[in-house]
Formats: sequence, structure tokens, C-alpha cells
Amino acid sequence: MNNVPLLQVEDLKKYFPIKAGVFRRTVGWVKAVDGVSFEVFPEETLGIVGESGCGKSTLGMTVMRLYEPTAGSIFFQGEDISSLPASQLKGVRRNIQMIFQDPFTSLDPRMHIGSIVEEGMKVHRVASPPEVRRRALDLLEKVGLGAEYFSRYPHEFSGGQRQRIGIARALALNPRLVVADEPVSSLDVSVRSQILNLLKDLKREYQLTYIFISHDLAVVRQICDRVIVMYLGKVVEIADGDTFFSSPSHPYSVALTSAVPVPDPDYEVKRIILSGDVPSPINPPEGCRFHTRCPVAQEVCSQVEPALEEVGENQWVACHFPGSLSWERA
Amino acid sequence: MEENNLLLQVQDLKVYFYNEEGQELKAVDGVGFYLRKGETIALVGESGCGKSVTSLAILRLVDSDGKIQGGKILLEGRDLLSLSEREMREVRGRDISMIFQEPSSALNPVYTIGDQIIEAIILHQKLSYRQARKTAEELLRLVGIPEARKRLDEYPHELSGGMKQRAMIAMALSCHPKVLIADEPTTSLDVTIQAQILELIEELQRQLNMGVILITHDLGVVAGMAERVVVMYAGKVVEEGSRWDIFHHPHHPYTWGLLHSIPRLDVKQEKLAIIPGVVPDPLNFPSGCRFRNRCPLEDEVCLTEPSREEIENQHYVYCHHHSQIEVLETRGFSQ
Repeated sequence: MNNVPLLQVEDLKKYFPIKAGVFRRTVGWVKAVDGVSFEVFPEETLGIVGESGCGKSTLGMTVMRLYEPTAGSIFFQGEDISSLPASQLKGVRRNIQMIFQDPFTSLDPRMHIGSIVEEGMKVHRVASPPEVRRRALDLLEKVGLGAEYFSRYPHEFSGGQRQRIGIARALALNPRLVVADEPVSSLDVSVRSQILNLLKDLKREYQLTYIFISHDLAVVRQICDRVIVMYLGKVVEIADGDTFFSSPSHPYSVALTSAVPVPDPDYEVKRIILSGDVPSPINPPEGCRFHTRCPVAQEVCSQVEPALEEVGENQWVACHFPGSLSWERA
Repeated sequence: MEENNLLLQVQDLKVYFYNEEGQELKAVDGVGFYLRKGETIALVGESGCGKSVTSLAILRLVDSDGKIQGGKILLEGRDLLSLSEREMREVRGRDISMIFQEPSSALNPVYTIGDQIIEAIILHQKLSYRQARKTAEELLRLVGIPEARKRLDEYPHELSGGMKQRAMIAMALSCHPKVLIADEPTTSLDVTIQAQILELIEELQRQLNMGVILITHDLGVVAGMAERVVVMYAGKVVEEGSRWDIFHHPHHPYTWGLLHSIPRLDVKQEKLAIIPGVVPDPLNFPSGCRFRNRCPLEDEVCLTEPSREEIENQHYVYCHHHSQIEVLETRGFSQ
């Protein structure tokens, strides 16, 4: 890993308007991503975790400029792409590709898989047609699908195979950064590990950088070098993987990791059960957004929003009382 | 096994589906297990293994293109498959209830939460509407829904996913069933909410002394909740035992592979073990052992179907080569 970030996100915000009434006037905003900053370094895998509605997918889509950011900047290889006009985005998109969660809706059912993989290369005119064909076959081979599948259609494939096709398509343009949004969530256990291993192998082979968005902490543990935890549109913790999984510091991170069931009947952990639900991102709580569910919240937490501060080596936490909640293995 | 403790016995259950071409899909093919009073068992397996169909068959809710082709389902000795539809309606909800994976689609969107719970209560118990409403309110309180009285008059869309699942549990428990079937009860929920719901089911089970059949693909949930585990693959049971048997001494290669391929939060694995290939198509299940084409221990013997063998006290396995399972520890699934 070197120290010049590949991607740098500064105070990024994405608000969605809520429209109501006959004139569809904007009556409020869903603050899906609300002031998020982070960096992604070359050849690392950065995990973005959180529960549904925390803004992790919106963040991924906004970084790719599939959503227009409301505010903030996104630097990719030093260039601010947050306000780049559509005409100039094409070059950037070649370098940032995406793998989607649902392999059933993310592949065009009327295209055979060969042309799905070739399409990007044709749009970007990266090579001559025979060269494009050769490369597509090569990629399908890499993801474990032989040449005999080239002219088959998506419906002929299982979920795991479709996800392989999606991966081949993402890699076709030789991107620097791949944003993978829940790439294994819809897959069965035995297939999920096949895809995770494939992502790891491809990363090594093509020197890829991943942003890996997932709600599944056990998966993130296996694949990510660093982890960002989001809650209600904000980053609550950024830490390197080993540090995070051995000593999470934000009370939400602690509760989240303690709630994950471990497949071992002898493994007992003092589970921290959070009460209540995640509040609405339309009217997020004042102060620290987690204070309404936090077992260690104090008065200050409902008044002052905590800033992200370094609490240890490679561990940044937005909490007034970091480390005050912990879980021990019994 | 003390017979008087036995609550539910499924014996040699066969549920076949028929597609438009008239082909037979043996979704559940000779499945058997038992449930004791107050016990939690888990049916585990990947999609298409027949775990959900089994649970629907217990309630005789298999949809019209499927048929229960054989076997027995004994609830305290009474065979549910021999009951008339009217008698079966009495059993559903009162003796056996079910909670489903997707609370948003299992609740009726045009009735209030209260109406749906009250309906179930009045159907099975001789209570007036007012008494039933009071019971419903108590149930919502029991499952931890705040402002229970107000919630009774709300519609499903006004509740969050976790709250909907709680409401569904309240409905399932309204007639104090002997057996609760929970089909992926937390799969659509976030982990912090999942922890709440699992805790709730465990707590209620203790209070009401129900037998619980947990159907899930999540082995983490199984390890924390189930006393015994039934592992299914391609419409058949492959292994059955206590959770320690299954998690610490798996004897079927499929169970072994499944356990080794799940990412664990407490360990960072450089490379996850994998089971090569995919689950076979139900139209073309391999003959003999259905796992054989993915199995590293396969040989000619596997062309005949393995029978049930008891390898330790009440730990059963269906594999010709279960004695060679240690081989996998050194070799894994690579052939």
C-alpha cells in the first residue's frame, strides 16, 4: 500500500428531496449521506458496513457519480470528479467499475454474456474487435466460465455464475477501483465462499482496489483491510480490519459486532442487544445520531455532535466516550 | 428416546412438485426427524434443499402444483396427513403456527395489526371481541412492541421491519401453539434487530414451553439457538445430531464443507474452503447419494443410496464414507 490515496472523499453529502402535494413541492430531505470523508489507498480493500438505511449504498453510488452529490468533493487520482460534466466522466468511469448485489437484475436478459462483457470495451473503444473478443473470452475464463458459455443468455445461469459474469464485466476495462455493493449477499453459503475467493484472487492478479459495501461483518472480516462503519448517514468509526474486529471502539460498532452470530456452539459472547430501531434519516437525532439507542449515552451526547478523532493507531472514532462499551468472550 | 416427550415426528415425508411438462421434482424425498416438547431443532441447508417445503408440508400448506406423496407427520401421535381439511384448520394456528421470512408479505396490508391478531384468537378460542382485543394487546406487549394499544390500530406499513416481525410472532403465539415453525425468521432483518428477535423467540419458548423448528441457512443462528440440528441437501436429510455433534464432529462431507466455507467473524481465514460446483437441479438429482458429484470422497459405492447410520448416541449420518471424514481435515475439498 502506498500513501497517495487513489480516491479521496471530502465532506460528501447526498440528500434526496421528499416531494408532496399537487405541485410536488419539496417538503423535506432524506439525508442519506451526511458529511462523509474518507480515503481509499491503492490496492487495499475498504469495507463499508452498516445496517439498512445507513447510507452505505448511496455512498457507493455517489462516489461513482451515479447519483449527483449534494455537496462535497470526490478526488480520484488527484482530480476532482464531483463536478465533472457528463462528457468528461466517461474517462473516469473506465477506471471505476461496479459489481452489483442482485445478479438477476443487473444483467440485461436480452444480451448473451459475451456481449455483456464486451459492451464496455466497445463503448470505450479500447481495442480492435478481435482483440475485444479475445479479452472477453479470457476474462470469462478467469472468472471460471469457459468459452462454451460465451453465447449463452443470463437466464441459463445460477446466481453464483451470474455474479461471476458481473465480475468479468466490471474487470473488462481494467479499472483501478471496483465498487462492490453487497456482491455476495444473495448467494448461498457454499457459492459465497467461491465468489469471495475469486475476488481475492483477481485483486492480487490485477492489482485492484476494492470498496466493498456489505452488511455482513463476517464477510467483511475475511476480505477487507480497513473498515468504515456508518450509522444514519455518518461515519462512526474508521479502523484497520484487525484492530476493528479485535477491539471496536464506537458503542455502535461494539453492539454490531457482538450481535453477529458465530457458528460455534461453544462461542459465547456477551451480546449487547440494542433497543429500538434506527431512527428516520429525515429527522435524525440531534447531537450524536446514535444516542437514542446507545447504552452508554450521557447528556452531552444529545447536544453535541462528536467529531471523528484518532483513538489509537489507525482507528478513528466519532464518539464522546470511545471505548466505554466493550464485549468480552465468556 | 422417551416416547411421552415426543411432540412431532416426521417420517419418510415425500413432497413432489410437477412442472408444466409433467416432470416430477422430488423437492422433499424421504425426510424424517422428530421434535421433543420444549426443544428447538434447526433444519439447515441451502436454497432448494427442501427445508421450507418440509415446513409447509407439516402445516399441509404445500401449494397446488405440489403433492405430499408419502410419509407420516405425527403430532403427539396423531397423523396430520390423515386429517380432513376442516380438522387441519383447527390444527393450524392452534397446535402449530408459523412465522415467515418476509413479514411485509405475510401480513395483510389492508387490515390493521390488531384485526389480524384478533381474527386468529376468535377463530380458535371462545372469546368475545373485547376479550380478544385485550389478549391481542397483551401479546403485543409480550413481544416487546411499545405503545401496544395504539399499535393495534395501525396498518403493517406503519411498522418497521423488526416491529412487523414482532407483530407476526404475536399472531403466531396468540393461541399458545405446541409447535412454532420459524422459517428464516430473521433473514430480512438487520443484525441488531435480528439479535432482538432471536432473544425474543428464545425467551417466549422458555415461558410457553413450545417446540420450535427453526428453518435457516445461517449456521451462526443455529449454533446459538438449536439443541439439535438436521442438515438437508437436495431434498434429503444428510446428517442429524446435537449441535455439538454437528458443529464439532460433522460426519457428512456436505456438513463439513458447509461449516468450513462460512466466513466467521472471530477468525480471519486467508482462503475460505469451498464446496466446488453447485446444488444439483431437482429434475436431475444424481442417483444414489445426491451429494456425490461434489464430494471428494466419492467412489462407486456412492451410486447406491446411503442409509441412515447411528454413529454416536442419536447422531445420525447418511454417508457411505463417514468414517473417512478426517481425510478432509488434511485434504479439504480439493481432489
